[in-house]
Formats: sequence, C-alpha cells, structure tokens
Amino acid sequence: MNELIDHPLDEQAILFIAALVIFTSFLMLAQKRLTSLVGVFAWQGFLLALATALSAHTQDIPHLYFSAALNLGLKAFLIPWMLIRLIAKFDMHREIEALLYPSITLTAAASLVLFSYYVVLPIEHLSTLATRNTIAVSLGVVLLGMLLMVTRRQAIAQVVGFMAIENGLFFAAVAATSGMPMVVEMGIAFDVLVAAIIFGVFFFHINSSIDSLDVDRLNRLNEMER
Amino acid sequence: MNWLLAAIEPLLFIFISPLLAGWIKWVKCRLQNRRSPSLVQPYRDLAKLFRKTPVVANHASWLFEATPYIVFTSILLAVAIVPSIAAHLPTASIADVIALVGFLALGRFFLILAGMDIGTAFGGMGSSREATIASLAEPAMLMAVFTLAMSANTTNLSSAIDYVQDNGLVLRPSFIFALAGVVLVAIAETGRVPVDNPATHLELTMIHEAMILEYGGRHLALIEWAGQIRLMLFGVLIVNIFFPWGIAESLTLDALAIGLGAMVAKLMVLGLLLAISEMMLAKMRIFRVQDYLGFAYLLSLLGMLSHVILEVG
Repeated sequence: MNELIDHPLDEQAILFIAALVIFTSFLMLAQKRLTSLVGVFAWQGFLLALATALSAHTQDIPHLYFSAALNLGLKAFLIPWMLIRLIAKFDMHREIEALLYPSITLTAAASLVLFSYYVVLPIEHLSTLATRNTIAVSLGVVLLGMLLMVTRRQAIAQVVGFMAIENGLFFAAVAATSGMPMVVEMGIAFDVLVAAIIFGVFFFHINSSIDSLDVDRLNRLNEMER
Repeated sequence: MNWLLAAIEPLLFIFISPLLAGWIKWVKCRLQNRRSPSLVQPYRDLAKLFRKTPVVANHASWLFEATPYIVFTSILLAVAIVPSIAAHLPTASIADVIALVGFLALGRFFLILAGMDIGTAFGGMGSSREATIASLAEPAMLMAVFTLAMSANTTNLSSAIDYVQDNGLVLRPSFIFALAGVVLVAIAETGRVPVDNPATHLELTMIHEAMILEYGGRHLALIEWAGQIRLMLFGVLIVNIFFPWGIAESLTLDALAIGLGAMVAKLMVLGLLLAISEMMLAKMRIFRVQDYLGFAYLLSLLGMLSHVILEVG
C-alpha cells in the first residue's frame, strides 16, 4: 500500500496542490463573471507552477525549475492579463453569464473526475514516481476544461476552458514522467502563447461580424433576424 | 470513576455553552466599537426566562409543549457522544458520529413540527425554510463525516481523534476539504451570519427565530439553551477532530486539566474567527443559501474524491 503518511512532507505538499488544482477547476465551472473566471484560471496556473517547482525539488531535476518559471510567467500572469485586457476592451467585465443548470454541471464534473480515476487506474501502475496518483487529477482537469468549453457560450470562457485543458496535460507530464524534454516544453509554451494571441484576433473578428462574443449566435445561418 | 466523568463532562459542557455565545457576542461588539453586554449575560437571560410562566396558545397540541424537552434531550445525548475534554469516555463507544447526525436531525424535526403546530404564518414559513436548509446541509455533513471515516477506518469519534493524533501533522487534502465543508455546514446549522442572523427578528429573513416565535418562559429558555449548546457542539466537533492536540487521552487529573484548558483555548480562537467572519459578511438572500450549501457539499465531495484518488492508491 502507498499510504499518504509514508510520503515525505514535500510530496504530501504536491498531492495537496493537486487537490487544490482540481478544486480550481470546479471553481471555474461555477464562476459567473468572466473576470473572476480568468482570476481562478490564473490561480490554477500559479498552483501548477508551484507543483512543478516542488517536484523539481523532490526529484532533483533542475530543468523543471525553468518550466515552472515559464509556466508561472505565462499562465499565472501574461495570459490572464491579456484575457482581462480583452474583457475590458469588449466592455464585458460587468457581464454575468447565466449558467445553464449549475448543479447538474457540477454533478457531471464530479462524475467526470471519478471516471478519470477509473480510466487511469491501470496506467498508474506503470509509473514509479510517488506523485503518480496525480495522473487521475490531471486527466480530470483536462475533462473539466472540456466541460467548461461545452457549457459556456462566451468565446472568452471557452478559451479559458481550452487553456485549462493545456494545464491538465502539462500537469500530467510533470506528475507522471518528471516533465517533458525542454525543447518540447518550450514549444508548447509558445504554442499556448501564440494561441492566446490568435484567439484575441478571432475575438475581434467574431465581435465585428456578429456584434457579440456569444458563440451560440454563430449557429444561425442567415444574417437577418427572423 | 469513568462513568462519573462521563456524566460530569456533558454537564460541564452544557453549563459552559452560554459562555461561548457570550464570548462571541463580546468579541463582535468590541470589533464594532460598541460596548458589549457582560460575558455572563446569556446566563441572566436564561435565568429570567426560566422564572417566567410559559404562555401557550389555545390551539397548541401536546407536540408544542413536548418539543422543547425533546430538543434539549436530543442535544444532550449528542453532547454525550462528542469527546470534548477527554477521549475514550465510556459514553463514546455507545454511539458513533452517524448517530450524532441523527440526534441533531431528531431535535430539528420536532422543532419543525412545533413551528407548524400553532398554525401561524411565521411558524410555517420558518419551518419550511429550516427544512430546506437542513435537507441540503445534512448530505454535506455526512459526506464530510464519511471522508473522515474512510481515512480513520472508523466512525467512532474517539478512535478518529486517536488516528489524527497518532499520525501527527500530515497534509491531507481530504481533511482540509472536509474541514471547509463542515465549517460551512456548521454556520448554516447553527444559524449564524451569512445564512441566518441570530440577533434579529426581522420577519422576512428569519429562519430559526420564526419557528420559535410562539414560545415563551421555560420552553423558550430550553430552546435557546439548546441552540447555544448546538453552537458549542459544532465548535468542539471542528476543533477536536481536525485539531485534536491537547485532548486528554488518559483520565488523570493533569491530563483532564490540560484537556479542559486546550478545549477552552481552541473554542476561544474559533469564536474569535467566527465573530470576525460575521463582521465581514452580510447575510445572504435566502434563495442563495442553496448555492452556499451546494458549495459545502461540493467541498465535502472533493474531500472524498481526493481521499480516494490521492491518498490511498
């Protein structure tokens, strides 16, 4: 048995942060305001960076410190700042999105986490790291990010969901295999950055063509209101 | 000797409990730059109510008169289960924490019935609100209890306290989530500030007070006293399960004195925190209480999930 008490304190801390990461994913699903959604997303990025730095410390892999710093800079500060600026530019920081069936969404989220736990169960035995239990959490973060994209209508909220999916993948890499090679990691980081910029451009296009960022209105084929 | 102690401890508990209510009020008044009533004011109020003749409405059935006694007895039984000063009293092995939740529910059930018994509009309104809150709070409470029980492999409170104490300081995500869930539930169950305001009798917002509006004299005194005991019960439950350090493991005089001191100190800190949080928060709309309790349930559920996923595997 691999009980929690057998781990040293810093590994316990990583597991604890993993629990907080999945908690932020749940919080994101329940946020009604776009600015607070982005705020929670920034916290998730911060927690991820912290977990990465801690696993760099416990496993003694110095290059993880670098990816922790990259993660902190990009996902805890730069991308949230860009999103907040976009929200301010579209004058949406006061807008409250009515969530469709919030309690059903949260129940679905809890069952998704359980589902990812059962899916990951056989994979976990392949890894020898002490933090391998967090693979289920990272898959859960990926699925909850998808759920966020499915349940929201605002384009910005969907982008946050997309970034949360990336957070989950990054966390899986750190927790299961002590991080990806440096080149891959930097490539992904810049991909995410570029994606954020391109999304910003897309927002302007969507906004100029349908005069709103509500993507449900893209379903309509004709331009005239009937 | 053990049984004597098991009889003394709940008595001590119920006689201290008005002091906790007085302490919270005192801290709150000080924080608001007001002059506070004396710490023993709750005792004076209770004594005054006990001296008065209870007046009962013409239409009241036996249920109305029996309810204060049932409420008080059920909370007394609940107190006997919870280890406050010493763990491993003989009463602790009689019932476990699920029975504790059951005792709390029993008292609440009769209070709800009594609220509807007279047939006033306020009583029914208060009862329906209380039932709504209780039905949402109870699953969250039980889920947090199950989280604890899964870690400690027992539902007995004394053994669970042993387990937490033996392991020393372990960063358990499940305990932190369960703690947060229990705190939210405790605030709702004891009718404190964001859910209910114990200090007002404003018709449209009150929950607990609406149910007991028709009570007077010693009936009201018993219900008020039971409310104070319930507040302290949740306080002791929170501090002794999640921070059990200091509780008397052996039944020597020294250990008991330390246990009493530790409990009083922990409760004072908890009362301080409660007063501060009540200062900062405003009472929320009644329709938002379900979101609040849903959040409490989510926290408890996350506690359970993180136990299964992160702590055992």
